[in-house]
Amino acid sequence: MLAVVPARERTFLEEMNNFNFPESRSLKLKEVMGYDRRRLVEPGVCISDLAVFGLKHLFERGLLKPDEIDGLFVVTQTPDYFMPPTSNVIQGRLNLKQDAFCLDISQGCAGFVIGLIQAFSLLEQENVKKVVLINADVLSRKTSPKDRNIYPLVGDAAAITIVEKDAADSVIHASVKMDGTRNEVLMIPAGGMRLPSSPETAVLEDVGDKNLRAKDHLFMDGSAVFNFVQTEVPPLIEDTLKDAGVAMDAVDYFLCHQPNRFMLQKLADKMKVPHARMPNNVVERFGNSSGATIPIAVMINLAERVKTGDCLACLAGFGVGMTWSSMLMRLGGLSFCELVDYA
Amino acid sequence: MKPIAHILKEIRPEFDFTASNDFMADGMLDSFDMVTLVATLDKTFGISIPGTEIVPENFQNIGTIEALLRKCGVKL
Repeated sequence: MLAVVPARERTFLEEMNNFNFPESRSLKLKEVMGYDRRRLVEPGVCISDLAVFGLKHLFERGLLKPDEIDGLFVVTQTPDYFMPPTSNVIQGRLNLKQDAFCLDISQGCAGFVIGLIQAFSLLEQENVKKVVLINADVLSRKTSPKDRNIYPLVGDAAAITIVEKDAADSVIHASVKMDGTRNEVLMIPAGGMRLPSSPETAVLEDVGDKNLRAKDHLFMDGSAVFNFVQTEVPPLIEDTLKDAGVAMDAVDYFLCHQPNRFMLQKLADKMKVPHARMPNNVVERFGNSSGATIPIAVMINLAERVKTGDCLACLAGFGVGMTWSSMLMRLGGLSFCELVDYA
Repeated sequence: MKPIAHILKEIRPEFDFTASNDFMADGMLDSFDMVTLVATLDKTFGISIPGTEIVPENFQNIGTIEALLRKCGVKL
């Protein structure tokens, strides 16, 4: 596993004057939500830039060879283009072989588990040995600096996971659920074919709570998302563990997507999981980078353990769609697990 | 123990919370204030208000907040 994060770091304290709120209220929010620092791309930087940088890093260090890549999945909500697929752009920029199976998957915060499921499926093919899974987003480019609901929490990143067959007999359990009836609680209203971007969709509007946002920007109904996570995620995890015949106490770590510290602490309390077994320190250091937060959580909390040993980990992602996913696996035997800066 | 009105006043000093029956509708609390309030109540009373209870109906006025605290085992 490798994560690529932009070198450019911004702090909440630097940015809080953008918001139309008294400083004392912003500081309370910082403390509760865990906002502190986040990584943001420079204008013009796309997910393929982060991904190509990361893959070249792996090639140069001899950790991966271009010709070994039999499949390339890119999970994102912020592709370089409407068309072509960003996976093809990356394939072309790196001159990967033509029989590498490239596919973009339109998913976000639940996308690490979904991408892994797709990678596992492709690896069922006899001639497929290695699949590259890229979870990447540059959602900071679609947020309003005047929107306190969204702006302070978003970070940019790309996580690159090399998935390959293992001789050991180990079962991986996974569950995914989706509810399209709630698709409007987390969306970018303009920019697609339903509402193409125009000068009108770029106009900042007062959307209540003293926030200004355009239709071109990311919108989140925070209360609806919060309640969705608290209501839907615990039973999904319980079902996954039940299918596996594994007790909650037997799981070493619950590695959940990290929107903010408060949400994860409440999730851990509801599941009666000690906070130390559900890390929540990604958003305060890097921001919420969509499908990359779970791999980053592994890198900053468990890198040595997953390189030299293993742990029983329950992964859980949740977000746009709405989509929620969980996976129980022994996580270990990784040949690399690191985070590099993109400059 | 601080009264609820005092805790609310610390979050939004500009309002008199004893004079409203619907903090949200009257624009005295927004969703982030609600989060700040929950974190403060958790700390003050040594509880963890369940995430599924963090809905506007439970934070409409001092009476509904007190009812929520009682539901969480707080003796007021």
